Amino acid sequence: MSRLAAKFEELAKTGRKALIPFITAGDPNPEFTVPMMHAMVDAGVDVIELGVPFSDPMADGPVIQRASERALAHKMSLKRTLAIAMEFRKTNQHTPVVLMGYLNPIEAMGYENFANAAQRAEVDGVLTVDLPPEEGQECRELLKARDIDPIFLLAPNSSDERIKKMDEIGSGYIYYVSLKGVTGAGHLNVADVEDKLKQIRANTSLPIGIGFGVKDAETAKTVSVLGDGVVVGSALISKIEANLDDLARAKNEICELLASMRQAMDERGTRS
Amino acid sequence: MNMTEKYNMPDERGHFGPYGGMFVAETLIPPIQELDAAYQHYLNDPDFIAELDTDLQYYVGRPSPLYHAERWSRELGGAQIYLKREDLNHTGSHKINNTVGQALLAKRMGKTRIIAETGAGQHGVATATVAARLGLECVVYMGAVDVARQSLNVYRMKLLGATVVAVESGSKTLKDALNEALRDWVTNVDNTFYIIGTVAGPHPYPAMVRDFQAIIGREAKQQCLEATGRLPDALVACVGGGSNAIGLFYPFIEDKSVKLIGVEAAGDGVSTGRHSAPLCAGRPGVLHGNRTYLMADDDGEISETHSISAGLDYPGVGPEHAWLKDTGRAQYVNITDNEALDGFYALTRMEGIIPALESSHAMAYTMKLAPTMGKDEIIIVNLSGRGDKDMQTMAKREGIEL
Ligand SMILES: Cc1ncc(COP(=O)(O)O)c(C=O)c1O
Repeated sequence: MSRLAAKFEELAKTGRKALIPFITAGDPNPEFTVPMMHAMVDAGVDVIELGVPFSDPMADGPVIQRASERALAHKMSLKRTLAIAMEFRKTNQHTPVVLMGYLNPIEAMGYENFANAAQRAEVDGVLTVDLPPEEGQECRELLKARDIDPIFLLAPNSSDERIKKMDEIGSGYIYYVSLKGVTGAGHLNVADVEDKLKQIRANTSLPIGIGFGVKDAETAKTVSVLGDGVVVGSALISKIEANLDDLARAKNEICELLASMRQAMDERGTRS
Repeated sequence: MNMTEKYNMPDERGHFGPYGGMFVAETLIPPIQELDAAYQHYLNDPDFIAELDTDLQYYVGRPSPLYHAERWSRELGGAQIYLKREDLNHTGSHKINNTVGQALLAKRMGKTRIIAETGAGQHGVATATVAARLGLECVVYMGAVDVARQSLNVYRMKLLGATVVAVESGSKTLKDALNEALRDWVTNVDNTFYIIGTVAGPHPYPAMVRDFQAIIGREAKQQCLEATGRLPDALVACVGGGSNAIGLFYPFIEDKSVKLIGVEAAGDGVSTGRHSAPLCAGRPGVLHGNRTYLMADDDGEISETHSISAGLDYPGVGPEHAWLKDTGRAQYVNITDNEALDGFYALTRMEGIIPALESSHAMAYTMKLAPTMGKDEIIIVNLSGRGDKDMQTMAKREGIEL
């Protein structure tokens, strides 16, 4: 069983929901990321989404765009992101790591080279924003052959047919983008998410992580009731951006925010 | 590679061989499928076609003339040069052929808000123009660098009632404007129609924009036959995203005797790395929804581009050009900033026609090509736009304050 499947199974047994932070590899510098990942694990996260910096992050809002720009200024790349994942794995065998990024760096490396490198780095899942199922068969099969889960997105306007497709070809979990927009956008509408989750659940039994619009302990708690996992990105990266001159403080603030989310989510979890 | 006699690209999912396709985030899949369905439907709807034809005739001013540049041909001493006068269209370039078509589609689809990206501002102006006419809200994304170098067009767009957003991310040019337009689209998919200005983006845009621009080649073919009794020997067009080029080439693809030549922007020279010539010096990759030739580094990060002409300053190119290059059906060459300026002055002084800096690249290549051909041979060059928008850039180069 993949590390992701095992993690969601373990969480389900104890009635808890996954807390899934997103940070961009190499933001604000390459040395920051591995210690930050370990600190997030200590703060109570279950899965880490590691963003691969890209020059043209079309689906991201300004906060994550700037994270990419800061990382790229340090020559961060897919290769170096994989090195970061490998470094993290040396001292953490239990926390799944999912790479999240855009297709062109993978195209440049070559699908097979990438799949091999991801396997060596013991990466658990790969989410490629601009690689929908129709175009992604070759890459997906190479990953699956190496027990790496291809993670797919679903959106508020996804049809039943689309959900079934993701169920069929995806594994690990499905990432539900809770609003129409880019990362870091506005506020999610809880009633809408609740309705959509019913439709999604009716068409797949994969765990559902919900992201976009999760900002604080309050929203994390609300969203955790609806899905199986809560993804938080821009709110964390904003802490880095606000403390570029004091990265120890950035790290502390990120851990505090994650710990508060963990606590809020677990209160809810034990009650239900 | 083998080309079948019948050219029938792209396939159903928008592939031109390995190129093209639909590489977008999940939120954009439904609107793109909706657009594809609408386009397939109206493409064969006599009502739609009639309305489009009327607009092209009375609003755009088509057909545009095919003009025999006799003096320039004589001066160059070789082939007879004919200019396809897209510069005479309403708003001053070929861009309006496409915006008229897409705006009609938007209207039929019940969309109330139009967005667009623009480089030189010609597509932005053409979009703002049709939006004004149809009473649709219009937002145009333009890189901050381009806002500065094409300020005249920024003013035109504002006059027409559009909101112009200066994009400050990345290299602050056309590719970043496209990123920002895509971000707007995912946020406002329900009421918004994205009018892409060139044959790039996810399927169906490359095919749809080509079909709207193919009027250029259809007219040119007929006009050439009428004027000379035969087909041309070569077609020359500048290539940014590639819409004016494919518009001219497409109706000639099956006419194997006609050479198709696309001219990319070499900026300071392809060997300097400061250029915008992905077909000549790039490699395949995926950006903005399709697989095509791109300018990117070894890690797949998109490179900054350079060209004197904002409309050619783009690291990618329409996927159909990638296919035509690989199959050998079309040939792609490049022209530096300085050579383009020679083309600009030559046409201005020889024929009394001031071309856009984009089109000047095609003129410059024609100056190299024509003398190598016989006097009885024919070149059709796409004069994709007029140079009014470039007056400030040119005056500044000459040290003149306007
Ligand atoms: C006059 C003119 N020609 C050519 C271009 C390049 O676009 P394309 O390659 O799509 O024709 C532009 C783009 O702004 C333009 O304004």
